[in-house]
Amino acid sequence: MLGGRSLKLAVVGTAGGVFSGLFGVGGGAVMVPLMVLWLDFDERRATATSLGAIALIAGAGAALQGAYGNVHVAEGLLVGVPAVGGVVFGTWLQQRVPERAVSLLFAALLVTTAALLAAR
Amino acid sequence: MIGALAIGFAAGAVAGMLGVGGGTLFVPALVLLLGLAHVEAEATSLLAIVPVALVGAWRQYGYGNLRPRDALVIGLLAIPGAVAGVALANVLPERALRLGFAGLLLVVAVGLVRR
Repeated sequence: MLGGRSLKLAVVGTAGGVFSGLFGVGGGAVMVPLMVLWLDFDERRATATSLGAIALIAGAGAALQGAYGNVHVAEGLLVGVPAVGGVVFGTWLQQRVPERAVSLLFAALLVTTAALLAAR
Repeated sequence: MIGALAIGFAAGAVAGMLGVGGGTLFVPALVLLLGLAHVEAEATSLLAIVPVALVGAWRQYGYGNLRPRDALVIGLLAIPGAVAGVALANVLPERALRLGFAGLLLVVAVGLVRR
């Protein structure tokens, strides 16, 4: 039932969850490189899978935070609605650039995230 | 207001391009432009991420890059993982861990560049 590949996916999910819970940094920063470097997913597939997983993680987190009364729906829509347009553009653009460029941009994102974490 | 819309669009574009949620941009926009407290901004950012990640995953499915089962396995296991992470954050030396994690991200960045 749980083959080697499923086991690796399970490790990616658990690691992404633990790190996002620990540091408040989205699981994507952990999950995408793990899928690329360890599961040998190409960049488009790794980022696509990460988005699908994040929908579940963020949904659970938003529901929990909503129960605590911390979620501001109007402000969330104000940034979230234009972001839906942004993600349609971003995924469209991603199909038109070399995968190598995606990896290099991701590395830049990781360096930025590391700097923000260190400065906090 | 215009700034919040623009940063929202940019966060979505980064999310689509790199497969992340976009919280790195949502949280500062909510704090600095819309006046939310940090805890509320983190929580509200999660709400904004849901439609972004859903639509992004749907587009990627259309492009033939997504196997829904893979995302389901990862996402379902990440949820208890995040609960464990929050619990760990309360008992472990947070600053030392954070610096260690920052170092790990740099190593991973080098790994991606050299791949």
